[in-house]
Parts: sequence; C-alpha cells; structure tokens
Amino acid sequence: MELLRFTTAGSVDDGKSTLIGRLLYDSKSIFEDQLEAVKRASIQRGNEYINLALLTDGLRAEREQGITIDVAYRYFATPKRKFIIADTPGHVQYTRNMVTGASTANAAIILIDARNGVTEQTCRHTYIASLLQIPHLIICINKMDLVEYAESVFNEIREKFEDFSKNMQIRDYRFVPISALHGDNVVKPSEHMSWFQGGTLLDVLEHIPINRDYNIEDARFPVQYVIRPISDEYHDYRGYAGRVDGGVFHPGDKVTVLPDGHKSTIKSINLDETSIQEAYPPMSVTLQLSDDIDISRGDMIVKDDNLPQVSQDIEIMICWMNPRPMQINGKYALKHTTRDVRCLIKEVHYKVNVNNLDHIEDDKEVRMNDIARVSIRTTRPLFFDSYRRNRRTGAVVLIDEGTNETVGVGMIE
Amino acid sequence: MSTYNLTHLDELESESIFVIREVAAQFERPAILFSGGKDSIVMTYLAKKAFWPAKVPFPLVHIDTGHNFIETLDYRDELVKSMGVKLIVGSVQESIDQGRVTEEKGYNASRNLLQTVTLLDTIEKNKFDCCMGGGRRDEEKARAKERFFSHRDEFGQWDPKNQRPELWNIFNGRKHMGEHFRVFPISNWTEMDVWQYILKENIPMPSIYYTHQREVFNRDGTWLAVAPFMKLKPTEVPELRTVRCRTIGDISCTGLTLSTANTLEEIIGEIAATRVTERGSRADDLRSEAAMEDRKKEGYF
Repeated sequence: MELLRFTTAGSVDDGKSTLIGRLLYDSKSIFEDQLEAVKRASIQRGNEYINLALLTDGLRAEREQGITIDVAYRYFATPKRKFIIADTPGHVQYTRNMVTGASTANAAIILIDARNGVTEQTCRHTYIASLLQIPHLIICINKMDLVEYAESVFNEIREKFEDFSKNMQIRDYRFVPISALHGDNVVKPSEHMSWFQGGTLLDVLEHIPINRDYNIEDARFPVQYVIRPISDEYHDYRGYAGRVDGGVFHPGDKVTVLPDGHKSTIKSINLDETSIQEAYPPMSVTLQLSDDIDISRGDMIVKDDNLPQVSQDIEIMICWMNPRPMQINGKYALKHTTRDVRCLIKEVHYKVNVNNLDHIEDDKEVRMNDIARVSIRTTRPLFFDSYRRNRRTGAVVLIDEGTNETVGVGMIE
Repeated sequence: MSTYNLTHLDELESESIFVIREVAAQFERPAILFSGGKDSIVMTYLAKKAFWPAKVPFPLVHIDTGHNFIETLDYRDELVKSMGVKLIVGSVQESIDQGRVTEEKGYNASRNLLQTVTLLDTIEKNKFDCCMGGGRRDEEKARAKERFFSHRDEFGQWDPKNQRPELWNIFNGRKHMGEHFRVFPISNWTEMDVWQYILKENIPMPSIYYTHQREVFNRDGTWLAVAPFMKLKPTEVPELRTVRCRTIGDISCTGLTLSTANTLEEIIGEIAATRVTERGSRADDLRSEAAMEDRKKEGYF
C-alpha cells in the first residue's frame, strides 16, 4: 500500500471542513468516541447540527473562537492507499500555513465555490501550489447542489481555471464537481451529475500515480550522520547515514563527495543489517565507500556524471513566516538539506501580489505572509538544484539567530 | 525495471529514522522516553535500525509511576540489557516522598498528571536537551497540531499558538540555554501502522498486549485492572475476564479491552473492526475537552 500526502486549500466558506468531515465520515474513518465527543461539544455550544468542523479544530482557543489556528494532520486509509491530510486554516496567516502544508504534499485539493467561480483566492491557492511544486492539483468545484448540478457551470469554471493557470508551472491537474454537504462525488458517485465520468474525489486520490513525484534522475545524498561503532566486531566501520534526496544509488556507482570533490565508489548500501542493491528517494540508508576519506554531516555524495550547482550566491523565492519583517542586509542562519550555514539578504527584486500575480516593485519590505524574489549570499557554498527540479535539494529555511525562530522559507530559482 | 515505490510502512520507517538521526546530529544530550507501550517500543526499535551497527546513542528514560504492569518492567529491563544502553528511571513515588507533588485523592486518583513534575525534574537533573517520545498525531486532536521537533521553554511548557513552522524535512532544533525539545519520530503513524509494522518486523511485545485472564472491574463502562492501590467503590465488583491491553500506561488509567486476540494478526483484525479510538479507553483524556492540550502545555509527554 502506498502513502499519499495531500493538503486542502479553500477559503472560510468554501466548505473545506465539511469536505474533510465528509471524506472521513463516508470512508468510515471517524470513530464512535470521536463522533460522540463532537456531538457532546456541538450540543453544549448550542449548534443545531453536528458540527464536523469540531473534529478538526483541536486547540482550546480554536474551539472557543470557532477558528482554526494551525496546520493539523489527519489520517485515514482505504483498502487502496493510506492518506495524510495537512489541513490548513482558511483565513489569517493563510499563506504561511498553506506553504507549510504544501511542502510535503503529493497533491493539493483546491476548492472553488460553484456559485462564485474562479476568484482571487483561487488564484492565490493555485499560485502557492505551483510555487511549492505540488505534483498534482485536484480542483474540486463544490456546492454543485446550489447551481442545480449544471454541467455548463462546471465547464465554464474549468475553462476559466485553465486559462488563468496556463502561465503557472503546474505539472498535473484535474477537476471534480462535488457537493461536500450532500456527499456527491466525494466518496460516493453523484446521482445528480451523470454527465461527469471522471470518478469521485476519493477515486482520484486512490489512483493518481505518485511514484514519479520524487526526482529519480539526479543522485543526491546529503550526509546526515557518520556512524562509527567503537566495537571490536566493526573496528574500521565508517557508514554515512542519510536520506536519498534524488536519483538512484547502486553499489559500484562512482561518486564525488562535495565540497572537497574527493572521488570514490559505493562499496555497500545498508538498511540496518540488510544490504540492498538500490536506494532511491525518500529512503533512509547507510552508505559505505571504498576509500577512506574525511566526510562529515552537511557534505553531499553525488554521482560523478551529474553534479549539482555549487554557489554562495543564490536566487530564491522567499515566503516570510514571522511577524518581524525581513531585514535587508540582515544575517540569518540558513538550513539546506543537512547543511548549516549563515546568509546575508542582499537584495529584494520584487514582491508578488498572490491574488493576481502582479509584481510589486515600489514596496520592498517583506512582511509575514509575503512572497518575494530575493538574492542571498551564504558564508559557505551550497550544493543545490533548482526547486523546480528537486523539492529537497532546492529548499532552504531561514532562522533568526537571536530568537531561533524559523522566519522564512525559500525555493531556489 | 524498478518502479521506485515504497510501501506506506517503508516510507514511514524511513521518515522516522531520518528524524531520529537528526536528533543525534542536532542535540548534545538527547534521550528516549520509554513507557513500555507499543509506540515507545517501535520508536526504540527504529533507533536501533538508524544507527546499526553502532549502539543507540541515547539512554532510555522511564518515568515510573509505581503503578506499572509488572510485565512492562520485565520487558523494559530485558530490552535495555540487549541494547547495551543506559536506563534512567524517574520515580513519581520519590517526587511524592519529597513533597514535590501531592497524591490525588478519591476513586479516580491517578498518578498520570503527577508524572509531569517527575519528568521535568528528570530532564533537568540529567541536563537532557531533547527527549524523544512515541506520541502520534492520530491519537488526539491537540497532538494533531504538534511538530516533529516541538520546542519547550525553560519551564518545559509547550506554546501551541507559537510553534515554529516545519517544512519539507528540515528541522529547526536551535534553542537557548535551559530550553529543550520534545521530538516525536512516529508522529505520522497511526495505531494500525504501528501494529502492521510490528507484524512485518516481528518485534517481540510485552505479553499483556495479548489476551489473558485478569481480575478487573467496570467503572463507567471502562474495564480497569484490580491492583492493591486501586480503590473500588462499593458497587464495583472484581471479576475474572479475558482481556488485553490496547494501550499501556499507568494501571490507574489504562482501560482493558475484552478480547481473545492471541496473535498479531488477530490484534490487527480486531483494530480494523473497532469503532472506538484507543484513547477512548484512557480515563485521563476524558477529564475535559482539552485535557491533553492542558497537560501538554505544562510539560506532559
């Protein structure tokens, strides 16, 4: 069974909680005691019907204020796949939360209210999905019950969406007309939309091919930890532990170790005691090399014939995550794969208006939830690929050195 | 030709091993919080895999309420011996004797809440800068929002509204003196994943997870074990039943399941058919709507 991670994007009234509730409920993933707890809470609150949003709102403040604050993760499984939902709140700090949920997702569900069609919010959600390079988008046109389940409404929205998104880098997208409230085309096929033959939302989630979502062309192995048992049995053992971030490694492959450029050959690949013949993303393995060279955390093992870019001057699209604005000429700690360096913010080229994709060039202060094109310089070189090519080796995280908070995240251009 | 597909269990295993290795790389004095339950057993097993052929570079820490199932303690001691790692026990009884905490009174008295003080004292005494726990996001709604790397201030408190964003597989473990982290390597596993993995890897489990005869009594629909320190109400009658543990915690708040499941396959079948979550039998979570969140803010597991 495969694992599919997806995120949901929608504004407050698009019916996102209802959709997730429906998905969990109709796939029988809600337990009796959870439902009892929600019923108890709904009655206590004076709600007229069972409020499925209470299933997803976990924190006291959220339930008191009736809002969702933070990304929450939910789990369900069908006989075909196991699913992890990154459920992101639909209003304040939206960009920050959606970016977080999107970073690990194979797919994003983008909700559109059939009555309103493609809106500014649709633009924002789709742009963020493309910026984070979520491999598959599922555009759910919801509340079809309120437009008489009309095929013409669906087609019109679909055309509009295709038109406005053609300049964004979206690898794969598909449409499903649904009514989350009544359950049409969520888990069960709709009786009202026989004109639609594309399968239910759950069908789509169960069948999207995800085995090509990772980069399997460019072999990249950031060294995470060096294993050196101090024991008689493994006296000279030196293993490089880490997770494959791209490509496929085999014993016998000729490799280069960055930054020093030393060359060697892979002697063995291990998954604990088991010796294996190939390692690919996102496997955590241990490599042994034929030569004794000095390698430590933050170094990267790559194949001789396919090197990443190596530079200290890097262009990124940054999403700012902190109430304190980004400081031009400011210094931040930077994490990239397993490597820790420091960086300087050199220049802000423009900010992006996420509602219409216009470039903003007259206001260069980058505040929380802003997305901007920025030049940075690092204290030591990074070994990277463009984020478009590899979501692991193309991502950086910026940390405030005073507060230790994660303040910004960047996608390398 | 290879399709480069991992199964869900392989992918979860790989993610957890990455997180555990990240702890070893980013912290100076990390530890594993070991309760003797299936989640901490799986986490410890993953740590063994992560560092093979070296020993696990963390001690195991057990916060002992003094109200344990004896099978749990035997299992713990055996495991520590076979791994060759250090065991550190934080004793709730000692905290009570020292007057650090006051024992709860009444029929529903439990040492579960008191553990927080003992845990924080143990962390401080041993100068741990990171404690790994077997918490899972599917267990409870406050846990659903917790990060893999969860920051704690100098009082050991969790601030759920001010968590650091966590993206991709990049984890920020930076902290000031006196602060520490809780890290949850199996955050993304469900109860079913844990059991399927135990079956796949054939991990030995404490006997009380399997069916056995035990003297129990029923309180508000929950079967609890009879033990010297458990006070029965006049209406509660001890009786012999065929039960097993679905979760293992302190005896005073661990509900037992009536079950004849004697193999891992039978346990998995039982979980697949059940309509109640595992924490549905945990008395500690039923205290209020936000019981778990409140305990976590104070520094609970």
